[in-house]
Amino acid sequence: MTGAEVLVKCLEKEGVELLFGYPGVAICPFFDALLDTQIRPVLVREEQNAAHAASGYARMTGNCGVVAVTSGPGATNLITGIATAFADSIPLVCFTGQVESHLLGNDVFQEADISGACESFVKYSYIVRRAADIPQIIKEAFYIAGSGRKGPVLIDLPMDIQLEEVQRFSYPKELSMRTYKPTVKGNGAQIKRVISQLKDARRPIMCVGGGVHLSGAEAEIRRFAEAHQIPVVSTMMGIGVMPTEHPLYFGMVGNNGHVYGNRAMNEADLIMMVGARVADRSISQPDLIMTGKIMIHIDVDPAEIGKIAGPNTPLVGDIRTIFREMEKHEIQTTTSAWLRTLQGYKTDGADREVQNRRSRSIKGKTLADPAQFLRELSLAMKKDAIVTVDVGQNQMWACANYVVRDGSFLTSGGMGTMGYALPAAMGAKLACPKKQVVAVCGDGGFQMTMMELGTMEQYGIPAKVVILKNRTLGLVYQYQKLRFKKRYIVTELGDTPDFEKLAEAYRMQYFHIGSQEETQDALQAFLADEKSAMLVCDIDPEALA
Amino acid sequence: MKRIYSVLVENRAGVLCKVAGLFWRRCFNIDSLAVGETEDPTVSNMTIVSSGDEHTLEQIAKQLNKKIDVIKVKTFDESDSISRELILIKVKYNKDNRRAIMENCEIMGAEIVDMSTNMMTLQMCDTPHRVQIFVNSLKGLGIVEITRTGTLALTKCST
Repeated sequence: MTGAEVLVKCLEKEGVELLFGYPGVAICPFFDALLDTQIRPVLVREEQNAAHAASGYARMTGNCGVVAVTSGPGATNLITGIATAFADSIPLVCFTGQVESHLLGNDVFQEADISGACESFVKYSYIVRRAADIPQIIKEAFYIAGSGRKGPVLIDLPMDIQLEEVQRFSYPKELSMRTYKPTVKGNGAQIKRVISQLKDARRPIMCVGGGVHLSGAEAEIRRFAEAHQIPVVSTMMGIGVMPTEHPLYFGMVGNNGHVYGNRAMNEADLIMMVGARVADRSISQPDLIMTGKIMIHIDVDPAEIGKIAGPNTPLVGDIRTIFREMEKHEIQTTTSAWLRTLQGYKTDGADREVQNRRSRSIKGKTLADPAQFLRELSLAMKKDAIVTVDVGQNQMWACANYVVRDGSFLTSGGMGTMGYALPAAMGAKLACPKKQVVAVCGDGGFQMTMMELGTMEQYGIPAKVVILKNRTLGLVYQYQKLRFKKRYIVTELGDTPDFEKLAEAYRMQYFHIGSQEETQDALQAFLADEKSAMLVCDIDPEALA
Repeated sequence: MKRIYSVLVENRAGVLCKVAGLFWRRCFNIDSLAVGETEDPTVSNMTIVSSGDEHTLEQIAKQLNKKIDVIKVKTFDESDSISRELILIKVKYNKDNRRAIMENCEIMGAEIVDMSTNMMTLQMCDTPHRVQIFVNSLKGLGIVEITRTGTLALTKCST
């Protein structure tokens, strides 16, 4: 058996069904060995998108996404995708081909020190030195990527190692690493402390982040909030933990969050951060959430606790495990007055939003209002649909207005990588073929990854794509408008391509919304069937997010 | 504030780079770093001296613990440890400064370990603090080259 054959056997043992990749000479033995397995490779059109697609796939299946690309430029193209996954703790196992071992370090053709380049944004990396080590490395890699605080693992595979003969194959059953033992179960004494602090709180609130999704603890959080009538806000990555219109949910916090969500955080006397990093975009003034409040921080990564704000009660462990434990305790909370206050803030906020929208439309704009459009889109989609949202104004509008019911909301939060939505939608659709999947992009981000329409067509991946078209890089355009006194530079996209012809080129259905009145009909037609489709919605470049 | 981290790591290629990279990326200081194999050839011990505020020093320990090649991190202050540094100093001498150099060596317990007609190499192994005093005492006395190990430290046998 060759190293490559051993490798694909290991992937079968790990239950891998699908991987995303792009070949080159240095990874050819691996792809060749893949021919003799049931594992389906998906050929993307650029390596970065392989990682984003694997990310969408991983987020919907809960398993590690797998990527395989070649050495040199193939590997370096992958870097942004790996960094994006790292920032949002998405489990990926990425294989890169590499030049032959004896040539390493000689700067030969298509040689790049990819493990060195990626060091600060992979959870771990390997350069395989002997084919006999492959089973142990693969076992470790999937375990490291998919446990504790999840994240990408890189495996660099020199060409000669893929071809090296191995005498026999055995896959390790058990794994014990002296250097890596993530905490799963929460400390009992700390859990008791949390319970007693909750009992004493008058105005408790839970702020949930992406960690809740990664732990698969959405149901536990909802149950806990409902049982004890604790209001919930979320970070961007935590959107979807609570259904948007749940009476206990008070929106997204942060710079671009809901005013009433931020107000709720400020006025609380106890904050439970759950699987959230206290990152700058969610909590712009970490001191504020510390003064006069009890802060409880629950996270699987001990290094996140106290990194930005030192909690009164740290609690390290897997969120689902911890909340299942906490459910067993009796807690009496009296939050009805607090909830009424928050409900009042929310109603005020919603009224103001409706007024704003009216005043915008009174100005005689017939173009669709992007905020309103995203709300209507979400309500026209199936209840359990998956939306992938790109980066920029479209993301801000989606975060504030998209109504999540039973579905999922995927976006690039930590890194804010433009172009994420389309490939992530492909991955999500392959993970959940029966669910409706819609990518929401701006005309800027879409043009960064539109080559993936080719992949969608080739493999018959019927994801749907919405493009909010304002002919600008909206969020930076808006920033230049407000911060640089309308001195616009490199933020205007000109006429943009004829998206209708592009849709035709890739044999997709095309729909267009040129004015507000066309919205409902176009949405119905766009979402009517299971085929891939493109919907372009013209919006005002001066609209603020 | 200074703190010493005694870090047991897997003795593998690239681990030093990963640990040093962590300090660089997160803007932590490295005052000194010394690495060597332990009694177990699969394990190396890194002694890292760093400085910063309490929050930074705590973050360093947490981030080190998070590295997958790190087996164990022990954190302590110099007062809780036996710490030593070895220094070699090459000086240029002549009949005017020779006496002063030798006297400094005698006072601080340093040795002359190599010599030519106009150069000598001094060696001293002592606490990092005394090593620094010795270096300062030689300023103006013809220092040509200095190399030092950085701090090595173990916790005291009884505390």
